[in-house]
Amino acid sequence: MALQLLSGNEACAIGAVRAGVRFFAGYPITPSTEIAEYLARELPRLGGTFVQMEDEIASICCMNGATAAGLKAMTATSGPGFSLMQEGIGYSVMAELPCVIVNVMRGGPATGLPTRSAQGDLMQARYGTHGDHPAVALCPWSVRECFDLTVQAVDVSERLRIPVIVLMDEIVGHMRETVELPEEPALWKPGKPKRPGGEYYHYDDWNNYDARIASFGEGYRVHLTGLTHRKDGFPTNDPEVIKWNMDRLRAKVADNGSWLWDIVYEDVGAETVIVCYGSVARAAMEAKRHFEHRTGRRIGIVRLRMVWPFPTRRLTALLRSARRVVVPEMNLGQMSRLVERTVSRDVPVVSVPRYDGEMLTPEEVIDAF
Amino acid sequence: MPSSRGAVGPFLDFFRLDERFPHMLCPGCGIGTAMATMVRAFQEMGLEQDRLCVVSGIGCSSRVPGYLDCDTFHTLHGRALPAATGVKLARPDLNVVVFGGDGDMMAIGGNHFIHAARRNMDLTVFVVNNRTYAMTGGQYSPTTPTHEPAATAPYGNCERSFDICFMARASGAMFVARSTTYHVAHLKKMMKLALGKTGFSVVEIVSQCPTLYGRQQRLGDGVKMLQWIRDRSVDVAKVDDPWREEDRFVIGVLHDREEVPPYTKLYQGVRDRAAAGGR
Repeated sequence: MALQLLSGNEACAIGAVRAGVRFFAGYPITPSTEIAEYLARELPRLGGTFVQMEDEIASICCMNGATAAGLKAMTATSGPGFSLMQEGIGYSVMAELPCVIVNVMRGGPATGLPTRSAQGDLMQARYGTHGDHPAVALCPWSVRECFDLTVQAVDVSERLRIPVIVLMDEIVGHMRETVELPEEPALWKPGKPKRPGGEYYHYDDWNNYDARIASFGEGYRVHLTGLTHRKDGFPTNDPEVIKWNMDRLRAKVADNGSWLWDIVYEDVGAETVIVCYGSVARAAMEAKRHFEHRTGRRIGIVRLRMVWPFPTRRLTALLRSARRVVVPEMNLGQMSRLVERTVSRDVPVVSVPRYDGEMLTPEEVIDAF
Repeated sequence: MPSSRGAVGPFLDFFRLDERFPHMLCPGCGIGTAMATMVRAFQEMGLEQDRLCVVSGIGCSSRVPGYLDCDTFHTLHGRALPAATGVKLARPDLNVVVFGGDGDMMAIGGNHFIHAARRNMDLTVFVVNNRTYAMTGGQYSPTTPTHEPAATAPYGNCERSFDICFMARASGAMFVARSTTYHVAHLKKMMKLALGKTGFSVVEIVSQCPTLYGRQQRLGDGVKMLQWIRDRSVDVAKVDDPWREEDRFVIGVLHDREEVPPYTKLYQGVRDRAAAGGR
């Protein structure tokens, strides 16, 4: 291992490569493009494939194709592209194809602020594609975490066979820090797809997670569809089977919530606790330090590295003794409403929103204490 | 007749007979003919079921892969080509065939069609052209002729229509042919030529939809529509300029250019240069 000066985008791309990603399909978009550029250089060197598609819809569908054929795959984009990818994300969910979608958030809506940071896609990362579906989204605050959480995203997507979103923001993506990155991060290793009793069912109950299913070209004669399907992959309108399929998809995340939860916290016994994620957590941490130094009063901080599934129960426990909760974020307060549900009604949840393209400052957070 | 049964056996082996039949296509529909002809072309070209992936989008034609006993990929509406691109890039050793309809490939998937052809992805693409969105109930498609009525054009379609083959050629396809569900032997020949060509190859299959298009244009049942197709078809050798025929179906090989290396081969060159550390 060696010290390197890297941007978050570069660390994310390196994480993907070291997690075994060998396929990237994408479309250039600020502020995520460095990820594509890095992988365009590195993947062919490793025998992998980089392809620049005609748009983000094609990118995610192409990635779904490569995943169905057995490769670990990733794409990277920002708001406008993330919007286009929503239909393909739904397909990944329904066909249970693992993949990683990096969204380096910029200001929206529409073309918005290509070079400015925001966290406005929090809800989109959960609810962007239509229909009820499981979602996992990870949110790094540093260059090192861009690496770590990309590796984690690949792993989680493989284990649960669902798309996992890495929700970066422009500040984290373009920030440079000196980091030391592990050459061979620990990864989940799937076995060969089983054929229990000589029969192979692509979507059997035993292989909902922590099992590899067959890929194209392995002789299993797999059928993949975006239609609601039976365990053999063929479409159905049978209410019982429809419910079975929906429950199965829900269970992927619901049954695995406890090991998915990824929360970092300090001083949660304090009266005032900050709940934050992504680059804003840096301002929040700075606010905590300044305030404590100035007043001697402790401030608690809870930083969500995994924002979806929202860790409601865990957060309820962590915020049990809080008398005031402060939620700084670079949007109109998307997470603050979720946090409100985790505390009792007499505990004020103070939203500290910023949505002018500028980074939230520690002073703004302190003002809410 | 044992001899003919011998021939039929392997043909039926190509289908998921036990679970998927009877199929959902309407009586008189041409898509079944196109599917069966494609399977015969696969077999005569010696394509192994375990090395074949058939990819589709959404629509009546796109239901075809579900009946075939090989790897099959029923993707999103219009997205068969990018998905097939992903499969081919990940597994260049597999034969990847795309099967879809005019709405799927020319409207919602039109941009993907252009770019898959431009990239010269090594895919064989069969486009069933029944001139309508059949699965949703007969709305006008990019290949519905001007002035014809449709479910969403009650006063006549005021849009101009695409020539799928012209589009394929202009976008850079290596091989482009047109046939019909009436000319089954001819269709199989075109399909085999397309399967044998390296690079992006397209066969447009003019087909009948008696349930919707045929009813809307008062063309009669499946048999009458097939006669209509027969009477309007003309061999490419018998026309001066196949690209200027507007009222007839010009069938045959319309474009067969000298092969250039497909994307997968060029990308292998990229890998080799990257591994050597140079440009």
